Amino acid sequence: MSIDKDTAAKVAKLARIKVEDEDLPALADEFNAVLGFIEQLSEVDVEGVEPMVSVTPMRLPRRVDEITDGGQQDKVLANAPDAREGFFAVPKVVE
Amino acid sequence: MADLNKLTIAAARDAMRKGDLTSAELTEACLKEIDTAGELNAFVHHTPEIAAEQAKAADTRIKAGDAPDMCGIPLGIKDLFCTKGVPSQAASRILEGFKPEYESTITSQLFDAGAVMLGKLNMDEFAMGSSNETSVYGNAVNPWRRGNDDAALTPGGSSGGSAAAVAADLCLAATGTDTGGSIRQPAAFTGITGIKPTYGRCSRWGVVAFASSLDQAGPMTKDVRDAAIMLEAMCGHDAKDSTSVELAVPNFEAMLTGDIKGKKIGIPREYRMDGMPEEIENLWAEGTKMLKDAGAEIVDISLPHTKYALPAYYVIAPAEASSNLARYDGVRYGHRAKIGAGDGITEMYEKTRAEGFGHEVQRRVMIGTYVLSAGFYDAYYNRARRVRTLIKKDFEDVFAQGVDAILTPATPSAAFGLGEMVDADPIAMYLNDVFTVTVNLAGLPGVSVPAGVDKQGLPLGLQLIGRPWEEGDLLNTAYALEQAAGFVAKPAKWW
Repeated sequence: MSIDKDTAAKVAKLARIKVEDEDLPALADEFNAVLGFIEQLSEVDVEGVEPMVSVTPMRLPRRVDEITDGGQQDKVLANAPDAREGFFAVPKVVE
Repeated sequence: MADLNKLTIAAARDAMRKGDLTSAELTEACLKEIDTAGELNAFVHHTPEIAAEQAKAADTRIKAGDAPDMCGIPLGIKDLFCTKGVPSQAASRILEGFKPEYESTITSQLFDAGAVMLGKLNMDEFAMGSSNETSVYGNAVNPWRRGNDDAALTPGGSSGGSAAAVAADLCLAATGTDTGGSIRQPAAFTGITGIKPTYGRCSRWGVVAFASSLDQAGPMTKDVRDAAIMLEAMCGHDAKDSTSVELAVPNFEAMLTGDIKGKKIGIPREYRMDGMPEEIENLWAEGTKMLKDAGAEIVDISLPHTKYALPAYYVIAPAEASSNLARYDGVRYGHRAKIGAGDGITEMYEKTRAEGFGHEVQRRVMIGTYVLSAGFYDAYYNRARRVRTLIKKDFEDVFAQGVDAILTPATPSAAFGLGEMVDADPIAMYLNDVFTVTVNLAGLPGVSVPAGVDKQGLPLGLQLIGRPWEEGDLLNTAYALEQAAGFVAKPAKWW
């Protein structure tokens, strides 16, 4: 199937990446090139084949549910573009 | 001693232990080389003060005796590794100014073993690329050139800065990471050795994530012995990475006997590509003969789903990337776009990500978003994961037939010119990984060994693929190949 300008805009929106209107047709073309390449996968008979979950057959390790770390507010905020009064600052979210 | 920067890890280790050399001298020699190699654009953040301090501590430790193999060895660190207090940007604008408050497990292990950090190395943005041309720092340049032609060539990618730095003797070795071939392809393009270990061997904690089910770190070194020494220091179980495996790490160097008598080496017929350059074909045939002459048994094998590895990769890797890169939102670290009056948080995210991510990263994040979106998840993502199961089974079947290792070309060509692929469609660039990407999908160890030069004098590499967790045996086969190939060419210094 082929991706049009509107679908490209929808994908950009989902990915939270601003794409200017005039750039959408070129983006759609690039998507179509890559998806055309991926399309080969439909030739493969995957009937009864399990989708891979983990490349190494292993059970995810578990640990006791207890606090092992914390109390590092300064370090957590050290790289924030905008931190105030011990919090991350963002534009207004709730009206 | 002259040209200290040209030493291998093994030679430097032995000289330091004998007292013929100090880490301070060795580190100074490398820092000097780096200062005059700006044209290669390999080192993008310099850490001479850290290096001097670590070297001094290493010398004290070596004098006291019983220092680990990596003690005092000056390294370059790929920018993808988080290094405490030192810029760690994954070559992206979106991580501009980011200085981690923590150290990645792998760099911690290396530094605990006494290794010295010279600085951070150039790479493709978020490790997405095969030519180091997607970096916010600009292109890294291959120290090799075609004959007398001074056109700048790619060192490959994504670990392009690591490859250029090791090939140009700016450091003794470097860390790399490999999601679809990002250690092995640049190693092949620059005439050095690079190994991607089995998935789970090296901790991914503190390594900026691209595609978590495929990413593995590994060493990029001047020869196979050094790869064995450095890999051992990088491996090991880490509780902070739930996919890290609790397995003892052998002494890989001790396994380098060069004896491969009776080993079964598979030659996969599907890797004989249409339009493959004759030189690559010849190199592959020569490599096969070398292993045979060394006493290995050569068998033709089939890996029937090889053709579908790249398309599966270009579903799975972007899908995982779109999820991993969702964290770059302009809130917690790195770049935040200036927003206009009336802009809310969604506009802030969208503008930040549009400014912060380069073109290739944006494209992959959006492809990933698409293949994971409602209505396409089954058709693309789940289908790709099924194909991945089949690709892994291909390898399991040949290993069950008694094959010990598989020999293939490392890349479909020698290094190409920077800028040569600009107008090509993205798929042409993706084809660089055609021989390496299967290994990531199957979680196997793979090593690239320099084995010859093409008619323009550029290095070419061969790849050996091993059984899971048998890096030691794989490195021994690589060692036998290295001995037989006798590759000693170095790039003529022009920088």
